[in-house]
Amino acid sequence: MTECIIYDAVRTPRGRGKKDGGLHEVTALELASQTLKAIRDRNKLDTSKLDDVILGCVDPVGEQGSDIARVAVLKAGFADSVPGVQINRFCASGLEACNMAAGQIMAGQSDLAIGGGVESMSRVAIGSSGAAWSQDPSIAVRAYFVPQGISADLIATLDGFSRDDVDAFAVESQNRAANAWDKGYFKNSVIAVKDDLGQTILERDEHMRPGTDMQALAGLKPAFAEYGAVGFDSVAIQRYPQVEALDHVHTAGNSSGIVDGAAAVLLGTLEAGKALGLRPRARVRSFASIGSEPCIMLTAPADVSRKVLKRARMTLADVDLIEINEAFASVVLRFMNEMNAPHDKLNVNGGAIAMGHPLGATGAMILGTLLDELERRDLAIGLVTLCIGAGMGTATIIERI
Amino acid sequence: MNLANFKWDQDDDGIVTLTWDMPDKPVNLLSLSAVEDIAKAADAIAKDERVRGVVIVSAKKGNFCAGADLDEMAAHASGGAKSMKAAFELMTSVHKAFRKLETCGKPVAAAINGAALGGGLETALACHYRVIADDPTIRVGFPEAQVGLIPGAGGTQRLPRLIGTMGALPFMLEAKRIDPNAAVGMGIVHKVVPAKDLVADAKEWVKANAGAVQPWDKKGFRIPGGGPFSRSGAQVFTVGNAILRQKTYGNYPAQRSIMSCVYEGLLVDIDTGLKIETRYFVKMLMSPVARNMIRTLFHSMQELGKGARRPKKEAPADVQRLGVLGAGVMGAGIAYVSAWAGIDVTLIDTTDEKAKAGKTHVSKLLDKQIARGRATKEKKEEVLSRVHPQTDYAALKDVSLVIEAVFEDRAIKAETTKKTDAVTQDTAIFGSNTSTLPITGLAGASTRPKNFIGIHFFSPVERMGLVEIIVGEQTGERALSVAIDYVRKIGKTPIVVNDARGFYTSRCFGTYTQEGLRMVAEGIAPALVENAGRMAGMPMGPLEVLDSVGVDTALKITRAARKEVAKSDTPDAVEEQMAWLVEESGRPGAKAGKGFYDYKGSKRSRLWPDFVAKRQDWNTDVDVKELQTRLLTIQALEAARCFEEGIITDPRDADVGAILGWGFAPYTGGPISYIDTMGAGPFVERCEKLAVAFGERFAPNALLRDMAAKGETFYRRFAPKAAA
Repeated sequence: MTECIIYDAVRTPRGRGKKDGGLHEVTALELASQTLKAIRDRNKLDTSKLDDVILGCVDPVGEQGSDIARVAVLKAGFADSVPGVQINRFCASGLEACNMAAGQIMAGQSDLAIGGGVESMSRVAIGSSGAAWSQDPSIAVRAYFVPQGISADLIATLDGFSRDDVDAFAVESQNRAANAWDKGYFKNSVIAVKDDLGQTILERDEHMRPGTDMQALAGLKPAFAEYGAVGFDSVAIQRYPQVEALDHVHTAGNSSGIVDGAAAVLLGTLEAGKALGLRPRARVRSFASIGSEPCIMLTAPADVSRKVLKRARMTLADVDLIEINEAFASVVLRFMNEMNAPHDKLNVNGGAIAMGHPLGATGAMILGTLLDELERRDLAIGLVTLCIGAGMGTATIIERI
Repeated sequence: MNLANFKWDQDDDGIVTLTWDMPDKPVNLLSLSAVEDIAKAADAIAKDERVRGVVIVSAKKGNFCAGADLDEMAAHASGGAKSMKAAFELMTSVHKAFRKLETCGKPVAAAINGAALGGGLETALACHYRVIADDPTIRVGFPEAQVGLIPGAGGTQRLPRLIGTMGALPFMLEAKRIDPNAAVGMGIVHKVVPAKDLVADAKEWVKANAGAVQPWDKKGFRIPGGGPFSRSGAQVFTVGNAILRQKTYGNYPAQRSIMSCVYEGLLVDIDTGLKIETRYFVKMLMSPVARNMIRTLFHSMQELGKGARRPKKEAPADVQRLGVLGAGVMGAGIAYVSAWAGIDVTLIDTTDEKAKAGKTHVSKLLDKQIARGRATKEKKEEVLSRVHPQTDYAALKDVSLVIEAVFEDRAIKAETTKKTDAVTQDTAIFGSNTSTLPITGLAGASTRPKNFIGIHFFSPVERMGLVEIIVGEQTGERALSVAIDYVRKIGKTPIVVNDARGFYTSRCFGTYTQEGLRMVAEGIAPALVENAGRMAGMPMGPLEVLDSVGVDTALKITRAARKEVAKSDTPDAVEEQMAWLVEESGRPGAKAGKGFYDYKGSKRSRLWPDFVAKRQDWNTDVDVKELQTRLLTIQALEAARCFEEGIITDPRDADVGAILGWGFAPYTGGPISYIDTMGAGPFVERCEKLAVAFGERFAPNALLRDMAAKGETFYRRFAPKAAA
């Protein structure tokens, strides 16, 4: 089987996903095309050598609609021969895009490709594409649909994570992200988003709240108690009847932030890289997606990690660093408990609680973060994983070269 | 024009009045024949140039149309592919007729002079205009979901297209029945007018609206408030689906089907939507849930309500004067429902103060009715004037029926019986409202045991629709017929059972709470036990229900049963659980604000933390389905034992009594329907498995084994006699 090599990874900074967010004036198309251009320019890439561009996007409607990947290819001025495809694996879309690109390459059907993703949550609101999953009674009722925040609170209730536990995790995420930014750990991947005049619009993640402490977090209102009260608590309890009542511990402070952003990762065969003079940085060891019980929804990272570890003939002890998307604090706490994963190997530079989660892009972003940190620490093996709506998980293991 | 169910009158203005008058029935039904009439009439209206428009009105007093003909429907629900196809074609023909009517090119108005329910309301919705008489007793609504069906004559498609999903969904899902003003308020009906102006108003409208077209047949039609994928629609369905599961626990397929009909139907045009509705309707019609619910909650309830169980040779009794002994909450409740029905009540207690307090309670109940708009001040005064508080038994001299609701104590009951017998006429019937004490024993205190009968009310009397009538060994047929006629007069449903400890309802119901306590004793997490009960379809978890009836009371009954029946000195796990809570922990139940649960005022809060902390190793690794099975099986098995012991003899009594009396999972149609649907064979097999795993209390009785061997059902073996 052909090896798939990672040559480069870039991302935009994450702008607050609101009207006053730094990237709100920028179209999703522009965000995606700037990451593609950065890949081209940093690597002096002859884009006609690209076999595909695969971009994740979770609400592919309106300006993000139809096939934003192909449109971004055109906007970036790539060769006309480069196709593009938009995919949707909900929150893991960015990583799934990279995995699909890797799959093509490993299968020998592609030599060079870009995986990545984009989501402008300030411009295309979450849920804009509508969904049978939550609305069609024939599935929503049968499969115990609840919003993700209820699932996160359900995990906390079942595992006994207190408000202090999840808040403490959030404080650590903020501290680590602030530290990483201060020390320039992200500078290799983060590209400034610029206007047509060449002026910088945003160059730093702006969702972070450095210095956040337990006291500040304790003051925040539970974000999902009202959802719970209208009926979703009962739905969760009917699926998990050992629960008497849900503990609504998650708030805006210990859940991932709503942000805008895009990311792109360049992958290819060893030969293609050699021909183009690219520096091989890591190889893809294994990847997978998995389905899990959809009501609790967010517990698959452990399942899928076991799957990719098995496929790579490894145990977690072989893994030097882990990136798991901080959709909600309880998701990560459960993963750490279940996998016996030490916190000092996991999300060492913070995560989405501090920096935000631009749905379609996050997976590719944290893949890049993982690669940068493996290099900085001169470590070998990294695992990246995300929980996913409707009960799924995606994971990838990479190994530095 | 000759129609079987409608009279066709054309006036000088060219307006045709179709007067609905189903032959040989007190109400109009949307029968197959009525549907054929509508199609025929619609064709004629469209063709005949002299016809300017149509008004549909009913000739029946207080009734526009009561809905589908459930008997006709039942013929199609008997199962098999052939009947399914027939049902499908029948419903398709209804849609065709209604579409013809609403697209006939001429204005069609419904003049609603009485109840328009189910198919009746659907007929009105297929008209362009609806005007209703200002009679506050008229009800419009879709009761289908109450018996496991869905509106199938276009209701799920026309109503949301008329008033939006936000109003239409709860209206159909909760089977609401509303009065004319509310119907106008919701936009279901256009206008309320005095009854005498009804047809004139409809005709005026027809004259002024020559080119009437349904909103959904107009170009550019938009669903009011937006479709499923509008901003509000997304909210309605996402949250609506959760509320649906919250309320139904997934046990009621009809409610889910209504939701799906609206969701799927609003994504397409009306004709496609009607097709979708038909598929869901037929699926529901063929389901055992609908079959059982229709049988128990419609047919059986109606039959029992009409006095199916009264001895036919006895002349009807019309109780005009009633004596009630004991003016506590129960006695006052009985006084209230009786006085409301026009009966003069002498309410007796030991002191003047107590007797008057009973009347004050009646007054408070009436105030509640006024607050809900169900009574006027005049009605209150009228009802109150019929309640006479008294301390002197001599006041009972002329009453034809006495009901005692005194303390549950043999000696006290014996004393009141004797005092009553001393003053009443020889013909007076004495009813004991005991919930547990055998009637034959109590009758021993009476000089006229033939006239002594059990009339067991449920609490709260004003809300519970069931009365359990208990026939003692010596109770005569006259007593039985008076009791049944009295219960019918106060608008409740009577069931008739024979005498034994706990009778039928208390005895079966007791097995539910006992099984719950046994699970707790086994170490199964209390929250899981409670949720299992609710998910099985019971109105409350077993512990919650114990709290509400009083754990202290339940303990007393359990202890008495052990000593008197089982003759045992050792309490079992069930009794120990209750004794620990009541006697060691001082928590007698909801009344005291503390039982298995904590309470904030009268509102249940969480399980008492010390109870939950009683063990660290609560078992949560049990399949909740198994717990649900145990909880329903133990009750159904007890009902089967009641049949074998002759305590209950009619499956209708058993099923109606279970649902109305203690809230046995209504979607099953009752414990007997539950067994019959599963089949005696599989039920016996299940019981045997449970007996091995959990104890002899699950051992199937001889009757069930015999039925299993013969492949019999209760409804066949104990086939109810035709209604009187």
